[in-house]
Amino acid sequence: MKSFAARVEEERPYLVRYASLQLRDSHAAEDAVQEALVAALAGEASFAGRSNLRTWLTGILKHKIVDIIRRASRESTLAPDPLAEVAELDMLFDATGHWADAPSAWPDPDNSLEQKQFFAVLEECLARLPAKTARAFMMREHMGFETDEICKELAVTPTHCWVLLYRARMALRECLQTNWFRQ
Amino acid sequence: MMISCKEATRLVSQGMDRKLGPWAWLRLRLHLAICDACSAFTRQMHFVRRAVQRLGSRLP
Repeated sequence: MKSFAARVEEERPYLVRYASLQLRDSHAAEDAVQEALVAALAGEASFAGRSNLRTWLTGILKHKIVDIIRRASRESTLAPDPLAEVAELDMLFDATGHWADAPSAWPDPDNSLEQKQFFAVLEECLARLPAKTARAFMMREHMGFETDEICKELAVTPTHCWVLLYRARMALRECLQTNWFRQ
Repeated sequence: MMISCKEATRLVSQGMDRKLGPWAWLRLRLHLAICDACSAFTRQMHFVRRAVQRLGSRLP
């Protein structure tokens, strides 16, 4: 039977990928995982009886990721996202608020979820999002935080928070439309 | 009473993060009932959500 430490170590690659998706910085991701693993080993007793090691470790890792995000927000190392992005959003609609290029249904989207190549495109689209926009979006959709927590950790107003999430979704839709669902 | 597509997309996005107020909800529903483009958009938004969640769980 493997030792607890060995089983924890086995999860490291998964955890680094998880943290990288959120932090978009491999060094920061490694740091977060290292801190999480140290905390996990020290807290072995609190794992006792839980069935899923990965879930438990991911929970610890989320706290470490949020610590890093909080520090970064406090030091405002994250520059405000370029205004060009707002203009880009405006270009999707005409002056009366109608679609410039109306969306039509994506063909068989569930089939895309079975394709490796689709997820490569999705990751590429996520990588293109400006830093703060991506951070808010991934906190919401990848880590599953509620928006009030996201606003607090990013030190932005609730309104700004909605705008970041809205922009992220619009940009991802455009990117997937162009790079995956284009007929 | 009638909202624009631009406004509708904003409400669709907000509705994914919090419960809309009854007025906003109703205005959005009325818009979606007659607007195919925004209905397609709404399905796409929920698809993007599922895809990003799947991205996380697909990690090796």
